[in-house]
Amino acid sequence: MRSTYRFLAPLMMLGLLLAACTASSPSETEGPGASVEPGGEDLTGQEVTVIGTWTDAEQESFLAMVAPWEELTGATVKYQGTRAINDILAAGIPTGVLPDLAGLPGPGQMAEYAAAGALKPLDDVLDVGTYVSETSPGIVELGQIDGTTYGVFIKAAVKGLIWFNPNLHDYTDSPPATWDDLIAQGEDNQGDAEALWCLGIESGDASGWPATDWIEEILLHQAGPDVYNQWWQGEVPWTDPAIQTAFETYADVVENAYGGGTNAVATKFDLAGDPLFADPSGCVFFHQASFITGLGAFPDQTAGTDYNAVPFPAFNDEFATAVEGAGDLFGMFHDTPAAKSLMRYLVTAEAQDIWVARGGALSANANATSYPDDISATMGGMITNAEQFVFDASDQMPTAMNAAFWQHMVSLTAGTETVEEALAALQAVADDAYAE
Amino acid sequence: MEERIITAIVAVVGVPLVLVAYIWGTEQLLRVFPDGAKPRLRPWLWMLPALGFLGLFLVYPMIGTIIASFQNTLGTAWVGLENFAWFFGSPDALSALKNNVLWLIFLTLFVVGFGLIVAILVDRVRYETAAKSVIFLPLAISMVAASVIWLYMYQYKPPGAVQTGTLNAVIGVSGAGPIPWLQVQDFSLNTFALIIVMTWMWTGFGMVIISAALKGINPELLEAARVDGANEWQVFRGIVFPLLVPTLVVVGTTMIITALKAFDIVYAMTGGNLETDVIANLMYKQMFRVGDFGRASAVAVVLLVAIVPIMFFNIGRFRAQEAVR
Repeated sequence: MRSTYRFLAPLMMLGLLLAACTASSPSETEGPGASVEPGGEDLTGQEVTVIGTWTDAEQESFLAMVAPWEELTGATVKYQGTRAINDILAAGIPTGVLPDLAGLPGPGQMAEYAAAGALKPLDDVLDVGTYVSETSPGIVELGQIDGTTYGVFIKAAVKGLIWFNPNLHDYTDSPPATWDDLIAQGEDNQGDAEALWCLGIESGDASGWPATDWIEEILLHQAGPDVYNQWWQGEVPWTDPAIQTAFETYADVVENAYGGGTNAVATKFDLAGDPLFADPSGCVFFHQASFITGLGAFPDQTAGTDYNAVPFPAFNDEFATAVEGAGDLFGMFHDTPAAKSLMRYLVTAEAQDIWVARGGALSANANATSYPDDISATMGGMITNAEQFVFDASDQMPTAMNAAFWQHMVSLTAGTETVEEALAALQAVADDAYAE
Repeated sequence: MEERIITAIVAVVGVPLVLVAYIWGTEQLLRVFPDGAKPRLRPWLWMLPALGFLGLFLVYPMIGTIIASFQNTLGTAWVGLENFAWFFGSPDALSALKNNVLWLIFLTLFVVGFGLIVAILVDRVRYETAAKSVIFLPLAISMVAASVIWLYMYQYKPPGAVQTGTLNAVIGVSGAGPIPWLQVQDFSLNTFALIIVMTWMWTGFGMVIISAALKGINPELLEAARVDGANEWQVFRGIVFPLLVPTLVVVGTTMIITALKAFDIVYAMTGGNLETDVIANLMYKQMFRVGDFGRASAVAVVLLVAIVPIMFFNIGRFRAQEAVR
């Protein structure tokens, strides 16, 4: 049976096949003098295939990050950026057609791939002592399975930031303490702005994910990290009152969004915040993770004067300090000398500093602090100092659940489903997805 | 570089050599058979490599898919009809099935209808070749590129903002709209918006085939009818149309299969959201996103079962036509 898939899946992704085949033959010429220090090796002519979700500006930043390593070792990085990384890895695990290094969708998939034997442990590859001492403990744990490190974060993001344009009103003067306070302050200072919120959830094959982030932030600050974690683990049903309240809060946001739900569904997530800078403004607030500063109209604006952000406010004082983070978890599928060397290099503060300085990225490494502006530095601090740290919930759900979550958030936002209908449909998927 | 040249030489010289050797080999093999059996055996031996490849790359995976559709996620245990029960019990799958029926009916009608109209109209103008080329051109564009073009056609901006989408800008002149073409689920408007893209691409194909058949009609027949006092509509209805029917059926069945295979446009334009999914996308999602080989195979089998009667109909038609000749 499995041989059938061996035929089918590679045909569907011939490009990756070609890329991976050329580099997957492990070299047997690891010299006796190979040192642990990155750069101490001569890897001339070797290639490392890498796939990740970064395209355009982010891809340029990643390539800038690996350029010094390429220069030091003489090896080359063959990078392919795609948003369809879940699909490629899901097809690659049973067929064995995999890149050397890849961005992993989340800790859940990392555990699946490790259990399947495809993902290589990193304990012998990295200098674990340095890695653990430099990196915030919550992040280190997310990359571990039973104490063994399988994934590292080479870049991180804080989710749930509320962006605004200080030219209209500076909300950092008296940061909103609660959600109600945020809404009240926003309405008082709305002025000529057309709506309270900017919202855009279109993202091609992955449309709907920005709306799942919304639900996660609301739930985290309404019901707390425990309910949050039980929810993505499938222990709290979708029909639970806590989840329903979170969905209803989101439905209110859609009602007060620029262009309404229809426009939100038709607008690409990276361009959704652009009306903030229009004259007159399209909206007062825009909710998105820290990486938005590298996308859309943000790079053309000045941090601090044209845009700024406040953390997602609490609905309940107890959960005010909870932070949702996300990041690009990175794993290794082939332990070639060049792949190992690149992996060692990517977790260092020097490497992560390169991307951090270019903007749009935060680092979980406490020593990577070359942030281009104060806002980024503050957000970087939120990750390294977080008291209650949770990872993106939808990324940790079973893939079938995550896909259904995206899909029903699109329907709910477009107004073709009510909150009750969406939750009932999601629970039906959950009954099936968590049973496996 | 040298390696490549050697490879090229091996391919150019080696492949014909192998083919000649194969033919020679079959002749040697045929010597052992009596003279009477040779003519019957020879075609089979010549077809053997092709049949082998068909078996390896078409029949074998097909049987594998059918077997997988009765197995669990990774093909480790038998689950009976569970995957099919999921298919016919899932609202998403049924919506995809319904959309495929819409695609099948309307894409076929649109392509055959527009193709026929255009073929007849351009038959009577002097700049026929130029008109046909323009209409045929979209067929040469890749599906994804066509999707990107049409995403700009359908682009939506909220009322009051500058409409950058072509269609909304046009209807905006009269004060109407804007209409979120790809987001309106009522009456499956968004699915029809996608079908239009495919129609735009394939009308040229229908036109070329129908136009060729039109040229094949004996002008003396039409002349005779006109002399007998038939008007243009009667000529079309009584002579041209009946003679075109076999061609229309060929175009129609090709379009039915194209509709059942629809994937790229849906994937690139809506991602299957808001009930625009079709069977092929559902299969892709189950296979590559969820990683459920059992369900993906079940979806493939449903698609296969839907196509088989059309294939038989097509072959039957082909035989009937050959018999007439």
